[in-house]
Amino acid sequence: MATPRVLILRAPGTNCDQETAFAFERAGAETELVHINRLLEDRRLPNAFQILCLPGGFSYGDDIAAGRILANQIRHHLDDVLHEFKAAEKLILGICNGFQVLLKSGLLLDHADGAPPATLTWNDSGRFEDRWVQLVPAGTACVFLRGVESMYLPIAHAEGKFVTSNAPVRNALADRGQLVLRYAAPAPAAAGCETDLDTPVPFPHNPNGSEANVAGVCDPSGRVFGLMPHPERYIEHTHHPRWTRIDRREDGDGLAIFRNAVHYFADSLQTQS
Amino acid sequence: MNLWEIDIYPAEGQPDLLGQTVVADAAELGICSDLAAQSVCGFLIQGNLDRAQAHQLANELFADGVVQRTVVAPVGDQVLSTPPKPGSRLVHVMPKPGVMDPVAQSALEAIADFGIKADAVRTLRKYWLDEIPDDLLARVCGRILANDSIEQVVPGPLELERLDVGEPYQFELVHVPLRDLNDDQLMELSRSGQLYLTLVEMQTIQAHFRELGREPTDAELESVAQTWSEHCSHKTLAGRIAYRDERGERHFENMLKETIFAATVEIRESLGSDDWCVSVFKDNAGIVRFDESYNVVFKVETHNHPSALEPYGGANTGIGGVIRDPMGTGLGAKPICNTDVFCFAPPETPADSLPEGVLHPRRVMKRVVAGVRDYGNRMGIPTVNGAVYFDPRYLGNPLVYCGNVGLIPRDKSAKETQAGDWIVALGGRTGRDGIHGATFSSAELTSESDTLSGGAVQIGNAIMEKMVLDVVMAARDRNLYSAITDCGAGGFSSAIGEMGEDVGAEVWLDKAPVKYAGLSYTEIWISEAQERMVLSVPPEKWEEFEALCAAEGVEATILGKFVPTGRLVLKYEDHEVANLSMDFLHGGRPPIIRDAVYEPPQVTALTPAPETDAGDVLTRILGALNVASKEWVIRQYDHEVQGGSVIKPLVGVANDGPSDAAVVRPVLDSQQGLAISCGMNPHYGDYDTYHMATSAIDEAVRNCVAVGADPRRIAILDNFCWGYTDRPETLGSLVRAALACHDLAVAWGTPFISGKDSLNNEFSHHVDGRKETISIPPSLLISALGQIDDVRHCVTMDLKRPGSGLYLVGLTHDELGGSHFSLVQGLTGGAVPTVHPERAKQTFAALHQAIRSGLVRACHDLSEGGLAVAAAEMAFAGGCGATLQLDSVPHAIENADDDELALTLLFAESNSRFLCEVRPDQQAAFENTMAGLPFARIGETTAETRLTIRRTANGEPLIAAALETLKTAWQAPLQW
Repeated sequence: MATPRVLILRAPGTNCDQETAFAFERAGAETELVHINRLLEDRRLPNAFQILCLPGGFSYGDDIAAGRILANQIRHHLDDVLHEFKAAEKLILGICNGFQVLLKSGLLLDHADGAPPATLTWNDSGRFEDRWVQLVPAGTACVFLRGVESMYLPIAHAEGKFVTSNAPVRNALADRGQLVLRYAAPAPAAAGCETDLDTPVPFPHNPNGSEANVAGVCDPSGRVFGLMPHPERYIEHTHHPRWTRIDRREDGDGLAIFRNAVHYFADSLQTQS
Repeated sequence: MNLWEIDIYPAEGQPDLLGQTVVADAAELGICSDLAAQSVCGFLIQGNLDRAQAHQLANELFADGVVQRTVVAPVGDQVLSTPPKPGSRLVHVMPKPGVMDPVAQSALEAIADFGIKADAVRTLRKYWLDEIPDDLLARVCGRILANDSIEQVVPGPLELERLDVGEPYQFELVHVPLRDLNDDQLMELSRSGQLYLTLVEMQTIQAHFRELGREPTDAELESVAQTWSEHCSHKTLAGRIAYRDERGERHFENMLKETIFAATVEIRESLGSDDWCVSVFKDNAGIVRFDESYNVVFKVETHNHPSALEPYGGANTGIGGVIRDPMGTGLGAKPICNTDVFCFAPPETPADSLPEGVLHPRRVMKRVVAGVRDYGNRMGIPTVNGAVYFDPRYLGNPLVYCGNVGLIPRDKSAKETQAGDWIVALGGRTGRDGIHGATFSSAELTSESDTLSGGAVQIGNAIMEKMVLDVVMAARDRNLYSAITDCGAGGFSSAIGEMGEDVGAEVWLDKAPVKYAGLSYTEIWISEAQERMVLSVPPEKWEEFEALCAAEGVEATILGKFVPTGRLVLKYEDHEVANLSMDFLHGGRPPIIRDAVYEPPQVTALTPAPETDAGDVLTRILGALNVASKEWVIRQYDHEVQGGSVIKPLVGVANDGPSDAAVVRPVLDSQQGLAISCGMNPHYGDYDTYHMATSAIDEAVRNCVAVGADPRRIAILDNFCWGYTDRPETLGSLVRAALACHDLAVAWGTPFISGKDSLNNEFSHHVDGRKETISIPPSLLISALGQIDDVRHCVTMDLKRPGSGLYLVGLTHDELGGSHFSLVQGLTGGAVPTVHPERAKQTFAALHQAIRSGLVRACHDLSEGGLAVAAAEMAFAGGCGATLQLDSVPHAIENADDDELALTLLFAESNSRFLCEVRPDQQAAFENTMAGLPFARIGETTAETRLTIRRTANGEPLIAAALETLKTAWQAPLQW
């Protein structure tokens, strides 16, 4: 099985790069941390990689707004090469700040007429919060969420409230199955009972007031995915906030996202060869 | 040249979060209950922009079209000051010129990315306030909207033409004539120059320059003042002290060296080849061994005085500063977690009772937390441990302790400045900010401090420091420098002075990159501008070092050369502006001799009121601010970044119980861990600072042991924050605490590896013409760094399952003095808790053995509120009930009636005690492990979610409460 290579993009203020690289490596990938300045100097660099990951942190301090400055750099200087990357059916993952950058750069959702259809803005609480949330996937569009039935992961952000520009936009995203990851109440509904993922879940289960409880979004192909929670922070049993109360020792829920990325690519490399 | 203003409003239907905060703050502080405010975030942009460009920036860079709308116009245009509804008054708040404005800096670079050229950017906030009278407006501006020490308020339309700061500097060499001054004039010079030197010190400097036959330059005098400042040299505690207490007299040549350092020396000697200390009390942080590849470093600092004036900036630069300590230790450690401890006056202090010049404690607390949050989170360093203490005596002088743990390769743990190396400045530019921070922090605060010392207050730029960190780590691993230190108090003056102490240095001040023109050579030399490091770079490595910095966008500048002259020479262009011998600078300070007296207070009896309702007392202690949940604070910190979190600060079935210590794995592919905890109890200091100190050490250590740390491998730090130590009795109480630190450290083999003191923590103001002084209580923070060979053996404090046995480990004494029982009951007297070193050591060892063997399901230390509070916390954190009976509690209490005995067993805060949950099938093994020590099975966990405590198995309950009720009492006070 071929080993996919992951380009982990760093910018001033990126701070989850090392543990994200560790998670990808645990899942079987090779990783390289690449500074945005190096990428701007050598725009062909992504050609040597199968997966692009924008990790968490505070790129450029989140000054002005979270992810805005790095998103503009990508829009101004890297739009074409990264759209080529997408077109080559490669994978792009944005975690937390990386999700904010993907969304604001237009890589995740097209900016029709130059205006973004959705954004991530200030939490309803008005402040940064670190807490664990229950997540459920919606639909099967997203490569990164294959086989995932639910996940328990931490969020740590101030600007994670997903807002669309209007209801038709939101409905269109939902209809295309792009609103792939939702915050959920901890007690799952009784088996067989279909829950409506759009029904507002109260704070703190929906930690920021996101529309339709959206925690993660993918592009129409399912190969570009951004999420606010941090999968790289739950890959070990001892990452779980209540691991001392749980006897069975398993890998953390977040590892599935990295494994899916590696497997997808390993599989597709195989089919191509 | 145009000056554009871009105003950003929430779009229709979107919340105005900043406006809502202002309204809430006004109500909370009792300033105005029905304020109506709308907020606007704005940017001022100076440059040759046309209208289309300004709109492009507004839409694509500054505003988010989904949730915001903009108003764009040249400054002065009426549209900018047209009220959204009639009668609203406009107020602008913006950083004073020259104050760090990181967002503006980033914006300037981001504008360039659009291919648009702007010269300067400044951020602003605008507020529209409905129908507000002048006096109320002034109070709202002063108390809520702005902080005068860093921000300016502009009411009404903004009239501003340019944003430029600074003007060209004309060199002029300044001498300070002092050879002919008399003593009064010397002291006046010390005061007016903000040197804060004593008469003897001024006389020593005078004599030195008389001998040289010349007057000092201003840069020379400032260099000496910085180097000799209390903040940099710790001259009081490292000085001569004549100490007297009930046991007699003792003379110290160097008090710290003969107490706290001496303890570490003794411990290291007794360990011989097993010595696990690497570098103590030497570098910017203490270093101990961790594993085969790494050592760990630990440092805690205080940033009290700046935080009193500008809590956000003070705390912000406090955490930023202490992170640079591990970065500047050895050849640079990677910061892996933060710990932060704060002391405030109670947040419910009435606003109208505040002395002039004092910020409301609620505002101080909110802004301090925000300052630590914004810096720590941006640096990507988890803040995993902390505590908050409240006492009215912290009113004008809050305490902000910030600490950082770092990881460093074993072969990078030492540094040596080499003659011939370049002196290289790395990171932020030098500005006029932070001038006189070192000398200011050594002075007492007054109600005029704000105007006198505003320059000592700064705002940090965390991303700059993160960029510096990234470069330092890469350069270290490529061996590109031979020494590194941080620019902290005293700026270049201290950093270069220290690095060149054993060599000599020549510095070219005109080479320093500055934020704006107009800085004099002396300002450059002593500026404490943030986010700067100084490195000693061999000339042959410079090219590679410079290229690395350029690749990451960090400025690095050659500022001079380390030369083997033993002298410190400063130049500005071709002029020599200082020439001092390193010997005089570092060794010329006259020894200070101080008197210190300690008289142990008389122990008086503490008599609880008859028929005290224990359940009611428990509820009130749980709701006491020191005990109450700090979840509001903790959740604002990222405590999991870096991916090594094992025990979080909040634990239990609902992730909201109070953990004893945090545990992290600094190396991701290893199960070896570090435990971080702290201990402090200023209330005990009112009784006896000896026992306060040993209790603080005991608390810090037992917190570490409770989660599974090996008691033989716990390193500790001391941070003394005290009042005015020129008073013999104040210094005496400190010396007594230092003696206690020595005694217990040696008894346990628990080394101090670093420490810091902050003296003269007093606030003076005038009441009816009389000077009134509030002195803080003696505040000794002990921070502990424990080691765990396999984190999978760690335990948390939450009860796990019904049907387990509950064991109390340790002996309870008649010790209600300084307790939270006495605090909530309004009682004084009683004996303060003491430590029984040998018994405690054996208890820690045995308990560790039990935890290591998997015999303990849950473990919580007994601290504020004693057994009752510990049991309640364990039960509600676990969502699991418990029944306890007091008649089996091991104790050494004599001559107490039944009621007094019960209250003491419930609420005494005797040290070295733990409550443990043990599975039924492991109770025999647990009892065997603890054999020979005071312990007893005192109850069991239950399916019913209640806490019930009885005197005897069949007696009437003294406490019977639903866990929900107890938890609510504990969570409510600080659930902001």
